[in-house]
Formats: sequence, C-alpha cells, structure tokens
Amino acid sequence: MTLPNGWEMVVGLEVHTELRTATKMFCGCANVFGAEPNTRVCPVCLGLPGSLPVLNERAVSMAMAIGLALHCTIAPSTFHRKNYFYPDMPKDFQISQYDLPINARGYLDLTDSTRVTIERAHLEEDTGKSTHLGGTGRIHGADRSLVDYNRSGVPLVEIVSGPDIRSSLQARLYAGELRAVLIATGASDGRMEEGSMRIDANVSVRRSGDPFGTRCEIKNLNSLRSLQRAIEFEAERQVALIEDGGVVRQETRHWDENAGTTSTMRVKEEAEDYRYFREPDLVDLAPSAAWQERVAEAMGPMPAQRRAAVLELLGDASGAQRDAVDVVIDLGLERFVHATAAAGGDVPVAIARVANELAATDDVSRLSVEAFVATVAMEARGQLSATQAKTVLAELLSTGGDPAAIAAAKGFEQLSADSLGGTVAGLIEANPDEWTRYRDGDDKLAQFFVGLVMRETRGQANGKAVIAELQARR
Amino acid sequence: MNATTIAEGVRRGELSARTLAEESLRSIRARNDELNVFLHVDESGAMAAAERVDDTVSRGLDPGRLAGVPIALKDNLCQVGVPTTCSSKILEGWRPPYSATVVDRLLEAGAVPMGKTNLDEFAMGSSTETSAFGPTRNPLDPTRVPGGSSGGSAAAVAAAMTPLALGSDTGGSIRQPAALCGIVGVKPTYGLVSRYGLIAFASSLDQIGPFATNVADAALLLEVIAGHDPMDSTSLPEPAPDLVAHLDDGVAGRRVGLVRELIDGADDEIVESVQRAADVLRAAGATIVELSIPELHLGLSAYYLIAPAEASSNLARYDGVRYGLRVDADDVTAMNEVTRTAGFGAEVKRRIMLGTYALSAGYYDAYYGQALKVRTQMIDAFRRAYRQVDLLVGATTPSVAFTFGSKTNDPMAMYLSDVFTIPTNLAGEAALSVPFGRGEANLPIGVQLLGPGRSEAQLFAAARVLEAVERGS
Repeated sequence: MTLPNGWEMVVGLEVHTELRTATKMFCGCANVFGAEPNTRVCPVCLGLPGSLPVLNERAVSMAMAIGLALHCTIAPSTFHRKNYFYPDMPKDFQISQYDLPINARGYLDLTDSTRVTIERAHLEEDTGKSTHLGGTGRIHGADRSLVDYNRSGVPLVEIVSGPDIRSSLQARLYAGELRAVLIATGASDGRMEEGSMRIDANVSVRRSGDPFGTRCEIKNLNSLRSLQRAIEFEAERQVALIEDGGVVRQETRHWDENAGTTSTMRVKEEAEDYRYFREPDLVDLAPSAAWQERVAEAMGPMPAQRRAAVLELLGDASGAQRDAVDVVIDLGLERFVHATAAAGGDVPVAIARVANELAATDDVSRLSVEAFVATVAMEARGQLSATQAKTVLAELLSTGGDPAAIAAAKGFEQLSADSLGGTVAGLIEANPDEWTRYRDGDDKLAQFFVGLVMRETRGQANGKAVIAELQARR
Repeated sequence: MNATTIAEGVRRGELSARTLAEESLRSIRARNDELNVFLHVDESGAMAAAERVDDTVSRGLDPGRLAGVPIALKDNLCQVGVPTTCSSKILEGWRPPYSATVVDRLLEAGAVPMGKTNLDEFAMGSSTETSAFGPTRNPLDPTRVPGGSSGGSAAAVAAAMTPLALGSDTGGSIRQPAALCGIVGVKPTYGLVSRYGLIAFASSLDQIGPFATNVADAALLLEVIAGHDPMDSTSLPEPAPDLVAHLDDGVAGRRVGLVRELIDGADDEIVESVQRAADVLRAAGATIVELSIPELHLGLSAYYLIAPAEASSNLARYDGVRYGLRVDADDVTAMNEVTRTAGFGAEVKRRIMLGTYALSAGYYDAYYGQALKVRTQMIDAFRRAYRQVDLLVGATTPSVAFTFGSKTNDPMAMYLSDVFTIPTNLAGEAALSVPFGRGEANLPIGVQLLGPGRSEAQLFAAARVLEAVERGS
C-alpha cells in the first residue's frame, strides 16, 4: 500500500506482553491461560479489602531480560497507581510504572536495517477479562457482562516505541522482530491469538518534511495482519480527511476486524484523568548490579545475531530463503541447520526441511540432530528423493529412530540402489527414438526420461540419480 | 484481671479459657446495648477458640503467650468468616474469606477474639460518630464520645469487656481514643506490624496497634503481633522486638524533649498533666529538654491531603461489582455511582472528593505534591530532634472526652483533635498514649510519648514510670 504522493505516515507502537512466570505479579496464584473462569484467584488478585501486593521476583528478572535485549538502561524504578473504574479491574486501579520505569531508552533494529527507538519498557499488572453478552459485544448496551479474574494480576511488560515507523509493513516487521526477541528472552510465549502479546498503534500522517500530525491510537490489535491492515486503513482515512479540508481529532479508535475499518472509541476530551500517584503498598525497585548480571548471563543470543549466523552459511540468499531463515529463527530450530553445515551437508536443503517439515509440527523432541543431518545427507547423495526424505523426516518426528533403518523399512534404499537401474533400462528400451536423440546430444530429453521414471516410481526416485544413470548409459 | 495475669493463669492450668470467654460475653451483653461497642459478637468462634486453648493446656502443651485472653478487634480487621464492615453500609454483610496476619498471630498465641468493634466509617473520624451503625459511647461517661476512629476497641477495654483490643492508627485513631477512655494505646513504628488484612484507609499512614489497661499488657500484645510478614511489602525485615523484657529499664540517663508544639492550644489541665509527667520523668533520672519543632504545625494540612488522596484510591474498589452493597441501575457506570452514593456516609464522601481533587491533573503539584514535600520536612524535623533527645513528650489530645455532636458540624474542629498525633504517622515513627492525670469531670487525660522508629522498648519503659506514679497517687 502506498499513500498518495507526498504523504507519509508516522507510527509508534505500544506492545503489551504477558510474562511467562509461574505465578502472578503480586500473589501466588498460577499464571495459566485457559483455566476454568475464576479458579486462579485469591484475596490479592481479587483486590479484596485488606489484601496487599508483594512483587514477583521472576517478573522483575524477565522485565530486565526484555530491557537488556532491547538495549535499554535498567534504572531504579517505582510503582504507581493508575486510577479508573472498570469492572474487570478489581481494585479500580492498576499498579503500573509511571515516571520511573524499570527499562528506559533502548532500540530495536529491524531486518530492513531501520533502527526503532524504544522509549521505555515497564512492568504492570493485567486486568481480568470481560465478556459482554447481547448488544454489540461491547460493554455499553450489553444485556449482561461476565468477568473472569484469572488474568487479573498477570505480569505484563509494556514496550513503547518511538514514532520511528514509516509504513504498515515496517510496523509489521517491528512487531514480528519484537515478538522474536520476546520469545528469545524466555519472558513471553508471544502468542497473539491467546492475547499474551497485544498491540496498540499510534498513527498520524504528514506531508513529507512537515512536523508530526495529530495522532490517533488504535487499540487492541491481536495479530500482525490486523496491525498492518488497521494502520493502512487509518493512515488512508487521515489523508482523505485532510485532503477534504478536515482536521484529524486526537482520539482512541477501535479496529473492526470484519469490516476492515477503525471507528471512534473516545475523543481526547473524554480521556480519563488517571490521578497517578506512588503505590504506597510497594517499595521502590532497585535491582542490584549482580542481579542484572545474572539475568544477562542467562540470556542467549538475540534473533538478529542468530539470523545473521544462519544467513552467513548461505552466502547469497534469495528472498524465499530469507523468509525460510526467519521461520527457522522464530522457531528456534537453527541447531539443525548449524549441525548440517558442520557436517559439510547441504545447507539450503536443511533450511528448507526445517522451515517446512519441522515447522509443521509442534514437537521436534523425538528428532535427534544426528538423524536430521543423516537424512539431509542421504537426500544430497541421491539415496533418497525429496519426497522420500520428507517421509523419513515425518517418521523421525513422530517416532524417532534411525533414518537409514526407516528408509530400508520403507523400501526406499532398494529403489535407489538396485531397481532404479532396471527402471531406467526398461524405459530406454520402450522409447528408442528419444534415447537415440539423447545420445546424439539433445540434453533436453534427460528431463523426458526423469519424468517417466518419476511416474513409474510414483515420485520416489531421485532426479539427480536418474540423470547419473542416464549419463552412465549414454 | 489484666492480660498478663490471665495468660499466666491459663498456661498453668489455674484458669479456664472457656470461663474467661463466658465472663467476657457477660460483660459485653451487660453494656453493649447502652454503649454500642461491638458491631458483631462472635460467640461461637470465641467459645471454640477458648476450648482449643483449654484442650491444649490439658494435653500438657503450651497454648501461647496470650492463652485464654479475650480480645476485641476493630471492625476493619479481617477475620475469616466473621462479618467485617468498616462501619460502612457499603460492606454490610461481607464476610472475608481470609484472616489478617495479626488475627492469625493472636490465635497462634492463644488469644480469644470476641468480636468486631465499632469505628468511624473506614476509620475516618475522631469520635466514632461517623459509623453507619451509630456512635459508641464512652464507658466512663456515656454522654461523651470515646474518641475515634478506634472508639469501639478503646471502649471495650475501658468497659472491661475485654482486657485487650486491637485498633488501627492513621492519624491518632488509637492514641486519641485511648486518652479519652483512660487506657494505654500504642501506634507502633510503620512496618512493625503487618497491615495484611487491615482494610486500608491511607496505606502509607495506617498501622495496627494495641489497647490495654496497662503498659505491660500493651507491650505483651505488641510483641505477639509484631515482626516481619512476607505478605506485606512495607513490613520491617526483623522479627518482633523484645519489649516485655525492657519494661523496667526506666528512664535514667535518657534525654526527653518537652515539645512546645505538642501542647500549644491544649486545655490548661492537659498542659499541666504533660508538665507534671515531665517532672516525674526528671525525678526518675531523665534530662528534660524544652524543644520547639515548628514543622509540626504543618502536619494537619499535609495529612488532610495525603490521607484523603490515598483513601480516594483505596476506596475505589467498593463499586458494587464483586462484594458488599450493590444498588442496581441501567448500566455499570450508573450502578457504580448509585451504589457508592447509597453506601458511603458524608465524611467518607468528603474525603474521597478531597483526595480525588488533590490528585487531579493541574492540582497535583499544588496539593498532593506540596503535601509530600511537607511530609519530608516533617521527617527531617523529627530526625533533627532525635539527634538531641531520645524521646519526646507532649499531649495526646487538646481536651478530655467531648460530648456528642459538639464537633460533628465543624469538620475542622474535629480534625484538630488529632493535631498532636498526626505528625508521628507522617514520619512513620512510634508513639503511645498513657493515662496521666484527670481533668474536667474527673475524665482521664492521656500523655503522649513519642520516639523514633523502633523505639518502642524505650517508650514502654518511660510509660511504665508514669504509670507507676499514676497508680500510686
């Protein structure tokens, strides 16, 4: 998508990620998704009168890991109360961080080489979850509202970017890269479909070179696709509005996934006065240097470094190969690629198998790195066709074992070693004219014979092995 | 019989906890209709607790340091299954599913909680007159208030319904009623006693503390409830201090500051009692130093911004959604509004509005922000004073117990009854009130002893010196 000539969008994102702690931020209740409503609650996360919060140490460690991964400064910080009424917020205030966040000022480099500023990444608690029955599904006009407090008090980190993003695609790249970073730190599972990562987008437009325009905030974008579509729609809406002589109002907007449009939720004048003040039930947070070092030491390399390491094995990578590498890194499966390279194997094949066959399954625990490397090697040597290699990998993923044994059990080896020669000989005999032309130097006819062999063997032959067989008989 | 004697008797098997609980129930029944001390008497819970203590003794085990001692709990302390109202209609009928840390510690020590006592609504008041369930009367003169906000707990001890009670002190809510009812009341150092299960009024100021007829009992009770609690992030890290062991340490060699601002504006009879107390301490070997701490005058105005600001946030949760009162309306916002309008009394509403205003955009710096600066000045002023002296002495209240309605129409006059007690809460330090002398209509006067954080042992030792003279005279 492009805006009309001379227009530019300016986007900043606020990303909320739930932390994968065992327990909630201020109490001992289990932090789990999908439990029976209101079964993971206690006096603290229900905000019962007299209850008090006690900060989860793991949540602080994870917040620091996110800060370190985003090149932020970890600073002494405080907690504040953000006061407003909402039924799924049991205390009618949210414990958050305000003027002194735990992580200040960092950056994230995108795969298109853009550097996006991170203004802050602070800790706060999640609210419960409301379900509104009847009406439009929103609170106003609903017949009844149900509240599940299982999520109440789950630790969150809110990551606020600078207004450095200039296209919807770049917004998507940012969110995708951030998601990979969050997963790599172990702080988040990055599951947008479960709401463990949620995005608000601040969007404004300007004529190139002008100062920033008035921004609108689009709330609760729950997939990378929604993020990209919502930003495109909103930027186009603002440009059309201004070109028609209108003025953009600062407001919060709701994204309607089905209609593909944004609409007004509340205008700035209706914005709440949150009456922030220091949370008197918590003490200041000043993680020691030793604690920060422990967090840093426990962290593995970040996705950008890991991606660069795999791309280096490829040398010149095509666009499709880069996409495949992204999948490999997102899934954290590059050990298979590195092991293949170390064994002198075929790296592009290894990447393709990981990005396709391994990516298609949730559980790769039964597949040993050695078995994977051996399978790729058999494919490269022509002992297995691509189709056979995929079949062997599928078997290895579901039951484990030895690839040579699996290939033998399925009769794949016999085909390549013995019967391929017989099949080729039979086809030469049945197609004497084509064979003569091939022998006379018409190389195009090699593909004719490969096609016949593939049909005969139902795709189980290896193309390279067929050509080798043909050349041997030429 | 005092608590220390009762506990010793029960532990030796000479007294029955069950009999003591029955006696306590009899004295409660005898005067509760007249005085309105208890909002809820937990007869079955008390008898069960007492029987557990007797059973423990009969099995030759130690039932604890407060074995069989009946105790009254201010009705802003949660006890599992026992109605807890904060004297507000908005919480009427709510039974907490958990107990405050102090309640657990009392039960572990063998104490027998008898029920929940009246208070000013959400502890906002100085006379117990803002209770939604009617005022408590002063057992010494039922035409007068018992003070507040812990008026019910002070009256329970003064009327000998229970030898001990717990209250909470945000700006004087233990010390002021203790003074007006002629008993001992202690505001411990902030963080010495866990606030877990104390329904918050102003979190940075609230502190639970004991009421007793005498200094030794108050020290014993504080030792039982004090000490680190992992459920309260503001809880001090150390275990409970030794207090009973130091009761007879005296004041010889101590320097005690007689503070002008802690008697300014008090009735003459009160000022005389404070001066006489200083003389007694001098005679016992202390050096009396006359001091002025001008910042103390700023305490009241800072307090009436900080406490309402925190309260406006702490009381937001009473919205009709989850527990307590709900008045139905067309949508959730309207339901919140009509519920809170019906559920809160006038004083609570006044403070919520005051606090909301003080925190609002555009006013924060001028009000709440300014109050925080004053608070810092107060802390510094006390710190300077405690470089010169060990303890301070002053009045607890400007007057003896006043009559009903005499201050209810003038909030400022009511607020002024806490002018001497508020600075200690702002500074997070320790203070107690001990009966010393009599005033108008032979009503008791309380003298206040103040000390830095963690000075409770010294405060009790000094109070014992005054108590000995008071009892001897």
